[in-house]
Amino acid sequence: MFYREAGQFKTSYAADMAVFPIRQDRIGIAIILALAYLGIPALQNEFLLTSVMIPMLVFSLAAIGLNLLTGYTGLLSLGTGAFMGVGAYACYKLTTLFPGVNIIVWIVASGFVSAFVGVLFGLPSLRIKGFYLAVATLAAQFFLQWCFVRIPWLYNYNASGAIEVPQRTLFGLPVTGANATPETRYLVLLTLVVVLTWFASNIVHGRVGRAWMAVRDMDIAAELMGIRLLPTKLLAFAVSSFYCGVAGAAMMFLWYGGGEANDAFNINQSFTILFMVIIGGLGSLIGSFFGAAFISMLPTILKFGLPAIGIPLSGATAEHLTFLTVGVLIIFFLIVEPHGLARLWQIAKQKLRLWPFPY
Amino acid sequence: MRAPGSDKGQMAGDVLLAVDDVSLSFGGVKAITDVSFDIRKGEIRAIIGPNGAGKTSMLNVINGFYHPQHGRITFKGETRQRMRPHVAASQGIARTFQNVALFKGMSTLDNIMAGRTLKMDGSFFWQLFRHGPAMREEIEHRKVVEEIIDFLEIQAIRKTPVGKLPYGLQKRVELGRALAMEPDLLLLDEPMAGMNLEEKEDMSRFILDVNNQFGTTVALIEHDMGVVMDLSDRVVVLEYGRKIADGTPDEVKRNQAVIDAYLGVPH
Repeated sequence: MFYREAGQFKTSYAADMAVFPIRQDRIGIAIILALAYLGIPALQNEFLLTSVMIPMLVFSLAAIGLNLLTGYTGLLSLGTGAFMGVGAYACYKLTTLFPGVNIIVWIVASGFVSAFVGVLFGLPSLRIKGFYLAVATLAAQFFLQWCFVRIPWLYNYNASGAIEVPQRTLFGLPVTGANATPETRYLVLLTLVVVLTWFASNIVHGRVGRAWMAVRDMDIAAELMGIRLLPTKLLAFAVSSFYCGVAGAAMMFLWYGGGEANDAFNINQSFTILFMVIIGGLGSLIGSFFGAAFISMLPTILKFGLPAIGIPLSGATAEHLTFLTVGVLIIFFLIVEPHGLARLWQIAKQKLRLWPFPY
Repeated sequence: MRAPGSDKGQMAGDVLLAVDDVSLSFGGVKAITDVSFDIRKGEIRAIIGPNGAGKTSMLNVINGFYHPQHGRITFKGETRQRMRPHVAASQGIARTFQNVALFKGMSTLDNIMAGRTLKMDGSFFWQLFRHGPAMREEIEHRKVVEEIIDFLEIQAIRKTPVGKLPYGLQKRVELGRALAMEPDLLLLDEPMAGMNLEEKEDMSRFILDVNNQFGTTVALIEHDMGVVMDLSDRVVVLEYGRKIADGTPDEVKRNQAVIDAYLGVPH
């Protein structure tokens, strides 16, 4: 009744090709953005910001990165964690070598470093596909992780062997380091995510996105349309690693505030993000957000939400139960909707269009 | 169908594509043996033959999927032995497949738009913003794609994911995607396989219209002899990788070797 596009006529191709052609969708996006920018910081809830929103945004960014590669271009990668690590270490090196330059510039620049590394490890993708490519990217995961630990230059020879995020400011406000407030970190991260999501959406709706999907769906026919496979796949690796790199830098600088590669950028991280992409929906940007939210928030909700409604949980039991529940829910969702939460969202929207009529 | 006497193949002079002594083998299996024929500008050229005669292999050689061990291919006066598929595409050879090879996850519109990829050369930078030059380019190509959609009468399925379309329509979308490349030579691999009579008639009409209106040269593989004899200007017949006949439909129909190949020889 409320979500119906009747009467919204498009009179130009530009209007028809808009990312959100339906007015209600545009209003919805505006409301979400307003809530994210004004509503959530206004709550002044530090727990909500640091344990829910910031992790979710970081994972969303990484999930978009992997989704561009796996969901849109059809190249399976298990090196996401490592590419995030490249971003984090690149950002750390850059900002300690050139402390005068704005940290935002370095976070974005570290994305480019990660993109370069991603292209290097993407080179085999011309010859190998599917599981075999996944194994090749697994090599990237192990090799890069080894570098993070064994090359002390990368962490500036810190005795702890970990990244120690220094304080950096933006417009006089500390953005990173111990003195940065959760609000500032959240808003900076949110802006990064919004801008990069907008870019990603533009890419996948245009010529490049079509070329990626063509390669995913039928590479032989794509080649015949004049789409050259190697440059197309490498571009996908570059853009994907860029997003993962920025996500990794954001994770270290805006979320963790320091840490070690073996914890943050290990193979588990790669798998977690792959699960997010699969559960959220392959080949869907909004699905990346759903998947990231689902997997990153679920443990928090179980851990803190259940005691809040009177179900006592503590310590190790909570931890185990969380793992168990997450696992069961993942299997449940994959059986109910193998195309992910994004498809459920689509079905819900379709139902809403017709509501209150059955069809 | 085409009026008698409008046999353009005889009149169309220039050779667009010439295949000279092409041989192709996979290990010990000889798929094509010393086949030569030509395709003239503006004609509809049929390639027929029993199953396994090497017809599809021939198309794959022409657009560069297979590299023949022996022989040359001359397209628009340029001779080559090895060819990359994307180079063939940029020279103006488009193709449809025997088993529909559409991009299943994409809409009809996106599939046909993907066919325009070669014509689009906007920078990646503007792609990020989807404004300015990138949007202008997109709209410009959308207009061409809409013309193709009108031509093929598939307006209603514009935004439907092609995986959900019935087979006949998928074939039509695939033709549209090939047309979007504005090819000089259109290779059709069994465009009417698995279609009912009505769909075949539609498809025949589209092929003739493409040939007449856009002047596109067409090479098609087809098993429906009625269609082949009606549509094509000249027919080349392959059997076991060898050419056994070449000529107008009437000549081919009377050729004893062709009759033997299709009906068998009494022992």
